[in-house]
Amino acid sequence: MNMNYTAEELAFRDEVRAFLDEKLPADIAAKVKGFRRLSKEDHQRWQKILCEQGWYATHWPEEYGGVEWTPVQKHIWDEESCRYGVPRSIPFGVNMVAPVIIRFGSEEQKQTYLPRILSGEDWWCQGYSEPGAGSDLASLKTRAVRDGDHYIVNGQKTWTTLGQHANMIFCLVRTNTEVKNQEGISFLLIDMNTPGITVRPIITLDGEHEVNEVFFEDVKVPVENLVGEEDKGWTYAKYLLTYERTGLAGIGMSKAALSHLKNLASRRLKNGRPLLEDPSFSQRIAKVEIDLTAATISNLRIIASVEGGGVPGAESSMLKVKGTEIRQAINDLARRAIGPYALPFLEEEMDMGYEGDFLSDKDAAPLSAQYFNNRKLSIFGGSNEIQKNIVSKMILGL
Amino acid sequence: MDFRLNEEQQMLQDTVERLVRGEYSFEKRLAFSETELGFSADFWQQLSELGLTAVPFSEELGGFGGSGVEVQSVMTELGRGLCLEPYVQSIILGGGLIGQAGSDSQKDTWLAGIASGELKAAVGLQEPQSFYDLNDVETRAEKNGEGYVLNGRKAVVISGHCADLIVVSARTSGDARDADGISLFALSPDTAGVERRAYPTIDGSRGCDITLSNVQVGADALLGEEGKAAGVIEYQAGRAIAAICAEAVGVMEMANELTLDYLKQRKQFGVPIGRFQVLQHRMVDMMSELEQARSMAILAASVADSEPSDERRRVLAAAKNVIGRAGQFISEAGIQSHGGIGMTWEYNFAHYAKRLIAINHQLGDDDFHLEQYATLLQAG
Repeated sequence: MNMNYTAEELAFRDEVRAFLDEKLPADIAAKVKGFRRLSKEDHQRWQKILCEQGWYATHWPEEYGGVEWTPVQKHIWDEESCRYGVPRSIPFGVNMVAPVIIRFGSEEQKQTYLPRILSGEDWWCQGYSEPGAGSDLASLKTRAVRDGDHYIVNGQKTWTTLGQHANMIFCLVRTNTEVKNQEGISFLLIDMNTPGITVRPIITLDGEHEVNEVFFEDVKVPVENLVGEEDKGWTYAKYLLTYERTGLAGIGMSKAALSHLKNLASRRLKNGRPLLEDPSFSQRIAKVEIDLTAATISNLRIIASVEGGGVPGAESSMLKVKGTEIRQAINDLARRAIGPYALPFLEEEMDMGYEGDFLSDKDAAPLSAQYFNNRKLSIFGGSNEIQKNIVSKMILGL
Repeated sequence: MDFRLNEEQQMLQDTVERLVRGEYSFEKRLAFSETELGFSADFWQQLSELGLTAVPFSEELGGFGGSGVEVQSVMTELGRGLCLEPYVQSIILGGGLIGQAGSDSQKDTWLAGIASGELKAAVGLQEPQSFYDLNDVETRAEKNGEGYVLNGRKAVVISGHCADLIVVSARTSGDARDADGISLFALSPDTAGVERRAYPTIDGSRGCDITLSNVQVGADALLGEEGKAAGVIEYQAGRAIAAICAEAVGVMEMANELTLDYLKQRKQFGVPIGRFQVLQHRMVDMMSELEQARSMAILAASVADSEPSDERRRVLAAAKNVIGRAGQFISEAGIQSHGGIGMTWEYNFAHYAKRLIAINHQLGDDDFHLEQYATLLQAG
């Protein structure tokens, strides 16, 4: 048993810190730490810096321009980058479609798309969920019919995160209706500028435009945009989901959010004293911090178990449930900490450029919106109910 | 024992129910919310014409001296419609504070207008540092030859942005957080030195913060005895707690109905998702929470207008604690059971969820009232 980092790992952490000290733009970090909105330009500016450092594609082999970090190194990066206020990488290109292309794509697809992901030329979004296919993803109905050199795609995708910025979408489509659900699905790469595609915003309960519906009407997609074999898309989709799930525990983000909460609670008053000194509130914070400590170690145990290669199994589903519950609990406390000031909805104060007087605390404005927005954590990436089904089946054999 | 409403109370509730059903569709509510007023002046007018704004007032004022139970009937239905009108702020709190503390001439001046809905009152009892403690008053009122000069800041005054009359608490003596030394003043928002920063709220309503800078008011602005307002404030906040608990029950009823419908309609894996046991049990929990909340709202209504006592305090703290917890549970569980659709602006569930969370931030959250209850418990 050794729970310490090795000398090499400590040196790596120093290297990460030195890089972030020098290269992370202060305005972007301030937005992330204050839970402010990030623009497309913010994401792209930061991606360029990461790419120059060679640290953007952490799930790719070096031959394609990736960096082959060990699981512990990835963990160190996660912890440090969250602590510093690094924007979350938009995962759809670099961490989702790219590993699928690398594993199952044609040589031409690799040559075409991987460099464009690295350069930021392509912004990918994910076409998985449909109005009738959420938890039951395999029941998807978007149809792709082969017509000469093309597929003709008709249907609708939904919950497409940041699809409004994207120029490419990877889609699960039905190419065969004669077989059972999972066996008739294919994995298509589609240019969002193809005629027949319409993107419609979905406004969420916090007033944000983060997700979209994407409609396909007789959209012509060249057959060379099929990944792997026709009707084998479900296998690739499952492969991708294992990548999606590993990051979803959000331990680093919870740590950053907890530190933000403690700062906030030390500034807010109750009975003339800092809220952090209030017995019941400090106990609430203590409880979530203890849970987070346990989840951090659980996460490290999973990381250590895959040091030799491979991806985590169903344990990561357990961690997704715990991790998202913890982050939601922190968001709940942050909202509670501002008391009556949880009510004002101050859109102007949510933007970083705001120069007026803050109504209450400088960090208060986004907290209620963030609490509501992060109810998504237990819904997306496979709802927590689905994660429990996976654990129940894969680990418990029930 | 009989928990049923009597005939008049039932008629009252049916009247409000019909009105809300006819006038307050989800689409209309969204539109009302987006106006500068933040609610429907027409609907407010209709509440007035049907005598509903006058329910808790005496017969001379056009009301029928309704107690907590009548108010409960109105509020539950307003909750079902997610109505945005300032019933609690103006009728219950504004009218209540003036009715209890005001002199005959002050009551003559304002109460008829409040009871008819023509005069909209709002109350500024919280401050930036006060959290939920209404005795934590730092706003000062200094006596001078013409009356009083007010300085300070009142926080999150719901419906204060459009109020014709604002009742604020201010300290005329005593130290921070002393119950003694708090006074109430009624003033026009047009008085020199009154500045309002208006904003929408997370649940689709509107409010403001009010800065008072050397605001000169006459001696006739003082409501009740100087320095002795803490008891009045606590009593009227208690009536408002009972009212808002009743509203919350209406919100929860709708949230549960919407969720249950969704569980029956939404199909995944070839069956309605309501066939999955994990969702069934959660729906049962939502229902149990609603029933706990309903019981406490009934209990709160039964003591709302009774004499001040530790028993009344205990019941109201307990009710708001249960409502806060049940509201958050139903809000979160309902969103989770809906999945993504429960988080969208275009679908009504999210707006019920937001109102339930917002209610927990008005007049003290579940933690605050747990503490109030525990303090009473320790005192014996």
